[in-house]
Amino acid sequence: MTAGPIHIVGTGVISAIGNTLADNLQSLQQGRSGIGRITLFDTVHRETLPVGEVKLTNNILAFRTKSKKTLSRTTLLGLHAAQEAIDQSGLRDRLSTLRVGLISATTVGGMDRTENFFPAFLQDILKGRLRDVVDHACGRSTERIADATGIRGFVTTINTACSSSVNAIQLGARLIAAGQLDVVVAGGTDALTRFTLNGFNSLMILDPAPCRPFDAGRKGLNLGEGAGFVVLAPASLCAAERLTPLATVSGFANTNDAFHQTASSPEGRGSFAAMEKALAMANLTAADIGYINLHGTGTLNNDLSEGTAVKRLFGEALPPISSTKAYTGHTLGASGGVEAVFSVLALREQCVFPNLRFETPMPELGLVPQRTFERRPLRHVMSNSFGFGGNCSSIIFSKPV
Amino acid sequence: MSLYILGMGNLSPQKTWEDETLLSQAFDYQNQMLTSIEPDYEQWIAPQQLRRMSRIIKMGVTAAKMALQDAGVEVPDAIITGTGYGCMADTNSFLIRMIENQEQALNPTPFMQSTHNTIGSQIALLLQCQGYNQTYTQESFSFETALIDALLHGAENPGQQILVGGVDEITELSHVIQSRFGIFRRSLRSSLDLFRKPGKGTVNGEGAAYFLLSAQRPERGRRVCLEGVRTLYKPSQETLLAETEQLLKASNLRRQDIDIVLSGNSGDTRLDAAATAFCKAAFPSSSIGLFKHLSGEFPTASAFALWLSTRIIEHHHVPDFVIYRDLSRPMRNIIIYNPYFGTHHSLLLIRAC
Repeated sequence: MTAGPIHIVGTGVISAIGNTLADNLQSLQQGRSGIGRITLFDTVHRETLPVGEVKLTNNILAFRTKSKKTLSRTTLLGLHAAQEAIDQSGLRDRLSTLRVGLISATTVGGMDRTENFFPAFLQDILKGRLRDVVDHACGRSTERIADATGIRGFVTTINTACSSSVNAIQLGARLIAAGQLDVVVAGGTDALTRFTLNGFNSLMILDPAPCRPFDAGRKGLNLGEGAGFVVLAPASLCAAERLTPLATVSGFANTNDAFHQTASSPEGRGSFAAMEKALAMANLTAADIGYINLHGTGTLNNDLSEGTAVKRLFGEALPPISSTKAYTGHTLGASGGVEAVFSVLALREQCVFPNLRFETPMPELGLVPQRTFERRPLRHVMSNSFGFGGNCSSIIFSKPV
Repeated sequence: MSLYILGMGNLSPQKTWEDETLLSQAFDYQNQMLTSIEPDYEQWIAPQQLRRMSRIIKMGVTAAKMALQDAGVEVPDAIITGTGYGCMADTNSFLIRMIENQEQALNPTPFMQSTHNTIGSQIALLLQCQGYNQTYTQESFSFETALIDALLHGAENPGQQILVGGVDEITELSHVIQSRFGIFRRSLRSSLDLFRKPGKGTVNGEGAAYFLLSAQRPERGRRVCLEGVRTLYKPSQETLLAETEQLLKASNLRRQDIDIVLSGNSGDTRLDAAATAFCKAAFPSSSIGLFKHLSGEFPTASAFALWLSTRIIEHHHVPDFVIYRDLSRPMRNIIIYNPYFGTHHSLLLIRAC
């Protein structure tokens, strides 16, 4: 590969703890969680299930992104974060002249509007406003973001459930490495919906209180919403365009646990393999990793399985670990994008983020995650994202050299 | 870089399985809904597993198993799936129950199986395949992106065998909703008349086609290769032509080397004029064939076209009901051009090898 290493030259994020990169960093620093009451839509679970809502209404998101307020919330959140990432990269004016790709990830797509269509439609199949379903397909949110940003070179969407965004970043890096694209905007977006809230509730894996990832007393996850995007460019383009590399994508892997549709294997064989292969690709050993941003949903199953795999792989070389989902909630298809941006922030700011609300280690593992915001030298950060269907992805970001 | 087709499995509105012929007979449909001809799934999937699966998962898993059996391979190294709409029946079912039950006492199974990656995940689970596993969903680029990923994966891991598929289902509800957008013909008595009777709209289709691909030339196999793929979102005519040239050039081919263009005309006269004009302008000396009167229109219809192309190359023959312009050429190099609703254009290059 003549293009050299693939760098991240722009990041954008919107989540329950902030509408911008700077807001998110401030909340992470101050230990301010975004978990709270549902205000965005009507649901019988409003009083009982806390979530991580983005604090902006669709109208305000549309205003801030200069787009129509009839777009799905998934699209609006994605566009907000993608625009921030593009602006930070300084490539806004080059999008029409370079070979640029947009690779997004989402699990709900336009479901936030589809679920408004269905009640009337179920009464009478000629009823329900078609503009509420026109953007239902996951890919539509990506196309709307491509339309708004002018990206034409390559457009696709990944849905591997909660590992989706990390897979989007992987594909972007591979397409650049193969010389097929110059720049890729990659990440993911998911809005809160009644559909996912009820889905996870039916699985009985939602914590009725703010979640406690990796804690012995954890009771499940809190759903969140948001979007996180990174702008990828090869070293050669960074030099030619004088772009500032924020981090380098040094290794990644995608595996399947092949154990159960929604549960992880007890030993975390899929997650272990993903982390191990990512290290091998980056040519690093476990001892080189300075911080792991865990998948850490707060469910009994995920945290035990992931913790087991982490402990087995890292052993005595275990670096600080934490799940930032205690801040943002689980943003599903967006989580890998949001957490990729957090991982780049960790490298840029040379810091690690606390795992909020942790009190007691899981008795099976005794793992104690990072409990405070702490400045420390970091060279390599690992971020994990696992999903339904056994999809496991792990990615390593490094300080540019 | 090219990928050899080691095996294929295809469930479609035509009889495309348990049969090595090239569509000896074209199945005709009297409504605007072309649904797959389905096998006895119990021959492919154990009953206790079958019980929980929705139709799209049964179709996908079976097509995948057919492709593996065809290639004589038990477990692939990677599984890459494209689906435009994902698992709609499960999604609809959970959504309806949620509304009817006012968000109380919901069965989680349809929710668990509603994510798009369920098809690829179920294949991985049944085969115990822990390798690379990916699912794309980008309307008519879904299968194409899966192939683009497979081409990268093959270059990165030349010895690996990659299972790649395109899967989409029609559900009663989705058909009703899509019909309200006015995209289907209002009156068409025979789907095989789609291109003979001009009109507005297309016919709805579905299917599941998987292909086992490898960058390494197999000892036995189908002697057909996938050479390259392009997806072009809302391209200008110049971009479309330039990208076509690029695709051919990457395989050291010229336009006149293309024996047939399989064009994804939909039967909607308003859109087909541009598609046919492009084929004639870009490939003046090639035969032209059509396939959506056989598969119906759906996001992953190009997977059906890839199956058809492979068979055309193997049989050195194009069925009469596929031919639109016959320039009696040998069948070695095929372009599949899919101009989905005029906004999503894709090109696939397939060669005898």
